[in-house]
Amino acid sequence: MTGTVSRLTWDIPGDLHQLFGFHFMVNAFRAGTVVAIVAGAVGWFMVLRRASFVGHTLAVVSFPGAAGAIWLGISVTAGYFAASIAAALVIAMVPPSRTGGSTSGEAAVIGTVQAFALACGVLFVSLYSGILDSVTGLLFGTFLGISDQQVVTLLIVGAAVLVALAAMARPLFFASVDPDVASARRVPVRLLSTLYLVLLGCTAAEVSQITGALLVFALLVMPAAAAQQVTARPGWSFLLTITLALAVTWLALGAAYFFTYPVGFYVTSFGFGAYALAAAGRAIGGWTGSRASADMTPLVAVDG
Amino acid sequence: MTVLVANPFIGGLHMLDHPFLRYAFLAGTCIALASGLVGYFVVLRSQVFAGDALSHVAFTGSLAALAFGLDLRVGLYGACIGFALLLAFLGRRANADDTVIGSVFAWILGLGALFLSIYTTSRSGSGGFTGNAGVNVLFGSIFGLSSGQAIIDGVIALAVVLVVAIIGRPLLFASLDEAVASARGVPVRWLGYVFFVLVGITAGEATQAVGALLLLGLLAAPAGAAQRLTPQPFAALWLSAAIAVVSVWVGLTLAYAFPRIPPSFGILSVATACYLLSFLVTTGRRRVVDGGRANRRGPGSRRNLASTHGGPS
Repeated sequence: MTGTVSRLTWDIPGDLHQLFGFHFMVNAFRAGTVVAIVAGAVGWFMVLRRASFVGHTLAVVSFPGAAGAIWLGISVTAGYFAASIAAALVIAMVPPSRTGGSTSGEAAVIGTVQAFALACGVLFVSLYSGILDSVTGLLFGTFLGISDQQVVTLLIVGAAVLVALAAMARPLFFASVDPDVASARRVPVRLLSTLYLVLLGCTAAEVSQITGALLVFALLVMPAAAAQQVTARPGWSFLLTITLALAVTWLALGAAYFFTYPVGFYVTSFGFGAYALAAAGRAIGGWTGSRASADMTPLVAVDG
Repeated sequence: MTVLVANPFIGGLHMLDHPFLRYAFLAGTCIALASGLVGYFVVLRSQVFAGDALSHVAFTGSLAALAFGLDLRVGLYGACIGFALLLAFLGRRANADDTVIGSVFAWILGLGALFLSIYTTSRSGSGGFTGNAGVNVLFGSIFGLSSGQAIIDGVIALAVVLVVAIIGRPLLFASLDEAVASARGVPVRWLGYVFFVLVGITAGEATQAVGALLLLGLLAAPAGAAQRLTPQPFAALWLSAAIAVVSVWVGLTLAYAFPRIPPSFGILSVATACYLLSFLVTTGRRRVVDGGRANRRGPGSRRNLASTHGGPS
């Protein structure tokens, strides 16, 4: 794939030495580590808030952002972030669904927005008469050619997101688990959700640069969903989420280096494998274990 | 810029001289009719998510067929209809967790990326279609249809339209109030299966027109606009089809007039513009209604007092 002979010999130290012998692989691992930690942390809240549809939309929007940036000749990284954050702000401005409002209509809006965003991406690609390989790179991820500067940007934005998330973690958790009680207790639910959406936008833009715009779910949702299957305790599942995200990213980057297939395939497959294992383990545990623990849903456990 | 921009009248007359545009209009019109009709029911039954699922499946199915050396349509329709039947079978049990569904979708797309890679690496060097295969499936290639393909697409789409016209009334009943419909002896369960098969076929058709990633827009946007514009179900059903057809016509014309605009972008932007317009029209209408209600209040009502005094100080 890279033109060099890259073969897995199962001599692990030798393989690792070979892996890190290339600067682009080192950069890929640096970027992947940053992205995995941020995606795990923000994704954990996303699964808790059941906002995965919004996360998907923000990620999809990053594709026209990146394509537009290439067309305009500005930094692709800037395009990713600008598009996702702008979309997050727009979604935050839309008032939350009124009680009894037409949810089907809202789903139609989201679907239309997603499709239109992707269509804009196609337009931009056509305008800069892009090479088709770069389109699949934008959509399904590439780990080649991550520059030092891009790593630094990812690191700075990632650190900022984590600091912001840590600062608002407690009220955000409260507002996510029970928004009604939280707003009664004067937690600024609306403001928190706007801030969270902006963080989610930043994260989606970061993840898109590794997994591609279409496969962001692999790092944003799958580790968190798997962890919340395994344990109901918030702290443990949070740590487990980040661990899983890191493991999935590192394994996927290694696999993509040694075998020819695209990195997006490995990220999604490992992530989905982790989730399937966790779900199967939970099902078996609930089947053989006591009935009470099987009936216990994570949210109830968090409440209690 | 083409003749169409320089001289719209002559350009418009000669537009359909090009065979590829004739085929695109032929197939596109039929596909739009089917998408508009089926899309209305998709939105009405809150199954937009199913449309999203099908767009992922359509991509992976097509590329799996290509990777294994089959005809693209075998994989496309096979995957779409099979998955639609699966959704219908799972039915109410599967309507819960969006994290589960999202994870499965992402994995399906990842598989699609794998098949794309297998296909492009195994056929590298033969050039032509291979390099574009992924992009064509994702974003459509309506200008690349041959006459035979266009006729097949048109016939399939018209069959979908015919079935919708036949089962439209009971399906509408079952969609609006399932309990009452089943009490009245409407075969709700079978209608559900037929409906999902129709959605699967339509998704496969729409994939060829606007691409797997954008088919959701062609299903959702005209239907959403029609639903906002009129409360009457049958009027909305046909309005949705009409908006879809107009979107395809205008979109194709735009793409012909400005060669840099991909046809799928043209179609999607017109459909989105229609949806946006429907929002503007209906909110304008609502504001008028609200204003009338406000005026009907007496001069001493609380809101009027607050507004004249600049609110509570």
